[in-house]
Amino acid sequence: MLDSFLQALQDTSIATAIREGATLFPWIECVHVLALTVVIGSIAIVDLRLIGLTSRDRGVAQVTAAVLPITWSMFACAAISGGLLFSSNATVYGHNRYFQIKMALLLVAGVNMSVYHLFMSSDVQTWRTPAVTPLRARICGTVSLCLWIAIVASGRWIGFTLNAPT
Amino acid sequence: MSQSIQTIEWIIPAVQTVHILCVATVLTSVLMIDLRLLGFRRREQPVAAVTARFLPFIWWPLPILLATGAVLITAEPARSLQNPVFLLKMGLLLAAAGVTLACQIPLRHNPAYWELSAGRRRAARLIAAASLPLWVGIVFAGRWIAYAQAG
Repeated sequence: MLDSFLQALQDTSIATAIREGATLFPWIECVHVLALTVVIGSIAIVDLRLIGLTSRDRGVAQVTAAVLPITWSMFACAAISGGLLFSSNATVYGHNRYFQIKMALLLVAGVNMSVYHLFMSSDVQTWRTPAVTPLRARICGTVSLCLWIAIVASGRWIGFTLNAPT
Repeated sequence: MSQSIQTIEWIIPAVQTVHILCVATVLTSVLMIDLRLLGFRRREQPVAAVTARFLPFIWWPLPILLATGAVLITAEPARSLQNPVFLLKMGLLLAAAGVTLACQIPLRHNPAYWELSAGRRRAARLIAAASLPLWVGIVFAGRWIAYAQAG
């Protein structure tokens, strides 16, 4: 069932064009890398503020409002470009352990973020300077930062566990 | 050395991961400064606050980037040192460093330098507009090194 879906995805004309074209894959990869560096960097700005290491002169809500629109738009770019890369060889990527780990970590990062926004940050407007945030916020920030570092690492490992250019 | 890096299979992806995380730090810091210089969110923070916050994060990852980059070159020198895309990346990097210094040096004497007149605000916008494509080019060239033939 899953395999037939992956095969069908891989057989689409877009996936075939990416797989067989000489330069399409690397160009999409460039967009993916560019987008993901900004995703990680902007998430790190928020996380480090939550932990209380940087931007201590600004309120958490201010930092979040300035940065998250960038994070989300770049995340959309990373997801689309990543999806295109995945489709080009879906049957192989789908069975790659590091790809599976990366998707699981992304899911956990999403849960961590949702828990933070839904349950942990209702009083975020009061987390102004001076900078100490509640322990629950510092934990969410630390967990998020560790997850995203692991997401980058597992993503990089995918390329080394296939017979593809690294 | 080159051989042991190639035979221990986790070294290259691990070093690349550190390299990418440092790229993320530099690139996001550049983006934050450039967006502010271009005039985004101008009511929230003065330019001086944004540059003071993010300029250090452009420079301190640099030694780590050079060190991890050197390891990646050592691993596959044929792929990198004579690779035209690698040379292009280094050229773009020098240009980007120059643009960053052009933004940074006037701030030493006066943190508000870029906000003192309409002319300086225009100059700051030009600097930001030059900086962003350079950094995008650096990231793109970095990825293309893996695909380009040594020339």
